[in-house]
Amino acid sequence: MAAEAVQAIGWWGVPLAIIAGTMRGGTPFLFVSLGECLTEKSGKINLGLEGTLLTGAMAAYGTSYLTGSPWLGVLAAGVAGALLGCIHGWLSQQLRVNDVAVGIAMIIFGSGVAFFFGKPFIQPKATQLPTIDLGGWSDTPAIQAALQISPLFLIGLAIAPLMAWFFKSTRWGLFIRAVGDSPEAARAMGVSIFKVRMLSVVAGSFLAGIGGAALSLYYPGLWTERISSGQGLMAVALVIFARWNPIACLWASLLFGGAQAIGPALQSIGIEDGYYLFNAAPYVLTLVIMILTCSPKRTLSGVPGALGTDT
Amino acid sequence: MSRSQAWRRSLESFVLPFGAILAGLVLFGVFCALVGTNPFGVYASIWKSAFGSASTFQNTLIRAAPLMLSALCTALPARLGLVIIGNEGALVVGGVAAVSAGLAMGLAFPPFVVQIGMAIAGMVAGGIWIGAAGWLRHYRAVNETISSLLLNYVAIALLNHLVGGPMRDPSSLNKPSTYPLAEINMLTSIPGTRVHWGLVYGLVACVIAYFLMQRTTFGFAARTAGGNIRAAKIAGLPVGKLTVVICFLAGSCAGLAGMVEVAAVQGAANESLNVGYGYGGILVAFAARHNPLAAVFMSLLVGGILASGGILQRAHGLPDSTVLIFQGLVFLVVLFSDSLYGRFDFFKEKPVVVAPPSPPPSPGQEPVVLG
Repeated sequence: MAAEAVQAIGWWGVPLAIIAGTMRGGTPFLFVSLGECLTEKSGKINLGLEGTLLTGAMAAYGTSYLTGSPWLGVLAAGVAGALLGCIHGWLSQQLRVNDVAVGIAMIIFGSGVAFFFGKPFIQPKATQLPTIDLGGWSDTPAIQAALQISPLFLIGLAIAPLMAWFFKSTRWGLFIRAVGDSPEAARAMGVSIFKVRMLSVVAGSFLAGIGGAALSLYYPGLWTERISSGQGLMAVALVIFARWNPIACLWASLLFGGAQAIGPALQSIGIEDGYYLFNAAPYVLTLVIMILTCSPKRTLSGVPGALGTDT
Repeated sequence: MSRSQAWRRSLESFVLPFGAILAGLVLFGVFCALVGTNPFGVYASIWKSAFGSASTFQNTLIRAAPLMLSALCTALPARLGLVIIGNEGALVVGGVAAVSAGLAMGLAFPPFVVQIGMAIAGMVAGGIWIGAAGWLRHYRAVNETISSLLLNYVAIALLNHLVGGPMRDPSSLNKPSTYPLAEINMLTSIPGTRVHWGLVYGLVACVIAYFLMQRTTFGFAARTAGGNIRAAKIAGLPVGKLTVVICFLAGSCAGLAGMVEVAAVQGAANESLNVGYGYGGILVAFAARHNPLAAVFMSLLVGGILASGGILQRAHGLPDSTVLIFQGLVFLVVLFSDSLYGRFDFFKEKPVVVAPPSPPPSPGQEPVVLG
């Protein structure tokens, strides 16, 4: 897609491809980071969203292929994610069970499930999600291709402010923040910590599953065992970077989507040297951001008080 | 707390992990039945391909060697309270560094010296890789789990870059590889078996790690810092140095695993380096409750699971990802078993019933009956 686009307009293709990649590659980041944000607000960490993402991608692709309806695929991705979330939510709340360790186990289990049931779907072509073409005004096919926007991206765009409002202004948002910040206070309010965390983890995994659907039904729009390259894990770092703020998650996702597009964009204009190194850009970027934003002298602003503790 | 009852707790820490693995096996059987395969046939195949005969058990041992080393990469920092999961990255950079050293030294030195050179190169590279994560943890408060994970991806990108370009052997067409190591520099097999000497590396590393952590002041300091970092600082322990050194040692174990893989199995660095010893090692470390000696036995079990991947595909038509599901289920049940400690009365140390001293009888009074 980007490759043909760039041939027509030369070097301008690089920023264009990066902008297009920002929206394409940023969509899965957006959903996964919003899911992780919701989960962490309740005080639990879910590292297993990488497995959830893969399972979501597989479920979406398989369902779309079998039924011909990509939107049913998106729903299936969410439900599959939520099912994995149930395991994580329950197990990570058992006594003495470390949520990070459960996350690692869920990465293995989730990717196993995705690869096992996804095997028959590697060859066939599934119906993709329709796109909204904003590039109709231009005659250049490159620009038209770059401005094909997925409705999933727009949905994600809408969820971010919605979630910010939910945390700030609703009763349930308050419950989640209370459970994440100070479980004792929540208990005193008569809120069931177990239920709130369970629901947050499951809902967060639902969103992450949809992020998987964005991978397999939008961009790159296919199902292989290598479709996810750690987006689920980077989302955890991304949420730290975004200070547990859904709106900031949106900007961070776009930044990461752009960083991911650098390698393919340069490759498309013939810069092949160091292709793999440019592919490492998002990871290096994450690391650099974490080094710059973390400090041993103060705790991060916005961090849920009980995050990752045993209470 | 009498000494005679301590065996109950030891038994508990022995029975629970093994019970968990059995339960994982049962769940996996349920999964097999659900997808329409006879679970008992699958069990039989796994047993046959992992432990069934001397020949197949050697396959398990070959896989157990890198697992032991890779597990130490998670188990050692865990004593400090750190969750490091950069095993795969350290293994990959260790393998690449070992190949570079092996190729650079070539035939100019006797094979024994070359092998030592490769081992040192692998250990240093892996050590720096994880040591960096430890350094960032202590001095920049960067979450070590995430940084070590990101370093995995950076290491794999580095491997792909080197193997696809600067270090590529032009004759490796389908699967880009580095130039192969000279045959004479490869690790040989233990006489009478197909198992390479890497197994001994793994065993020795686990034993050393055990004594280092349990029997030395260094290990005691590390465990103290892991238990309560504030108390350790007040006691004047150099927590930062401990963190970096332990992480360096942990990474050097994984780096050595990479060296063993290239110098004994692959013969060159290529993408086969990252084939699951990373996550497998994490599973081993957690299942062994971060005890290096228990890691030896868990490595045999997990090595057996990995070795059975091929037969599941051939004999039962199950895709190779079945092994991932198996590993994942076992890992989940093992973690759940952590919450069961102290839940079973049988394993509790029974207080020895001491009869209350009878009060001295005084004339004209009934003895007091103590309830």
